[in-house]
Amino acid sequence: MPGPVRSLGATPWQTVGPFFHYALPWPGAADLVGGDANLGARPELTPADHFLLQPVENDASGEAIWLEGRIVDGAGEPVPDALVEIWQADPEGRYGGSSFRGLGRAASGDDGSYLFRTLKPGRAPGPGNTLQAAHLAVGVLGRGLLKRLVTRAYFEGDDGLETDPILDLVPAARRSTLLARRVERGRYRFDIVLQGDGETVFFEF
Amino acid sequence: MLRSRMNTLPTYLPEDAEAQPPALYPEYRSTGLRAPKQPLVRIPQTLTEVTGPAGDWERLGGPAMADLTRQHRAEPQGQRIILAGRVLDEQGRAVPRTLVEVWQANAAGRYVHARDQWDAPLDPNFTGVGRAVTDEAGRYRFVTVKPGAYPWGNHENAWRPAHIHFSLFGPAFATRLVTQCYFEGDPLIPLDPIAGAVPARARDRMLARFDLSLTQPAWALGYVFDIVLRGRAATPMEA
Repeated sequence: MPGPVRSLGATPWQTVGPFFHYALPWPGAADLVGGDANLGARPELTPADHFLLQPVENDASGEAIWLEGRIVDGAGEPVPDALVEIWQADPEGRYGGSSFRGLGRAASGDDGSYLFRTLKPGRAPGPGNTLQAAHLAVGVLGRGLLKRLVTRAYFEGDDGLETDPILDLVPAARRSTLLARRVERGRYRFDIVLQGDGETVFFEF
Repeated sequence: MLRSRMNTLPTYLPEDAEAQPPALYPEYRSTGLRAPKQPLVRIPQTLTEVTGPAGDWERLGGPAMADLTRQHRAEPQGQRIILAGRVLDEQGRAVPRTLVEVWQANAAGRYVHARDQWDAPLDPNFTGVGRAVTDEAGRYRFVTVKPGAYPWGNHENAWRPAHIHFSLFGPAFATRLVTQCYFEGDPLIPLDPIAGAVPARARDRMLARFDLSLTQPAWALGYVFDIVLRGRAATPMEA
């Protein structure tokens, strides 16, 4: 079967640049559960009368988890102007199938840190008859990133990590970069290394 | 017995590598410490990649802000323009009901951002942020002012060409796009390492073009900027 023809040329990617804070991360964008109406945004970088994004309230139910981390560059320096986006299934492993929005955005802080509050995703089907381990799709945007970098955050100690069809494609020595570490009950840490020692695995698909 | 109807979801063509900038482009200095050194790991598209956020965009970030000249007490300084176009995929299908987010500098080339320290005036009547959702035919339309060029520290006498940032989701996590829209004929474009990181054959896909039929008499110049997201692959996914 011949593949579909491209009749139009795709628009190229460009960097999000350093000045997206008054446009993309709305207040509460990093809170997919509800309770922190400011999480994700950095309104202090915009004069108050020019911050026009409106907060979002959520009413998802379920056990919330925190996902925290830090983004560092090839010199080990924090990346203070990144935007982290997540896309995930709901606790039953369904995408977009419930009132749970599944989309989150967090601007990094001056120390390169980011923080999400969300529901732990359930396991979603993978290729063939496989079942994927629970994971978040993670996109990283920022100054100096001409294209989005995409990775996945899996959860340390979870069921199904050994048989996950995507982790299986990653060289064993680098798989640990895709594991969010359990800091305490309900709190996970997922650092993102853009370049160099311990470089996070990034995907294309 | 009736066979239960199988739900299918589109999968997406591989990214057109000849249209995209590389991660490392030394002329754009900030890529130096931020571009990964390891090759990307190719994975099959799963439900994770072929689904995406949809609908209910007003709940996320607020209602549409399609007229950037009416966000404050008076009209902003600068050349009023209409910037409109369609969001399509590589097979020419309209991409309906998807969020289009834009942001830009003011007419003097200054961003309303604490980290923009360039000595050009802020405009109390201009923020430079817009949001719109495409209609059934994939159309969007903004009213704004033409942004100014501005200097930056990338190299000696470096100036960014006038541009408007665009962010789009499309139907799936795989179709996400963030780009910049430039203005046809701007002499700064060939000197700019961010636009220049895109292969030459695809660079003009980032150009808004003056359009007389979109131009509104005695009111605003019209510019057309169509955006093309990844197209569908031949084989859908059962879900």
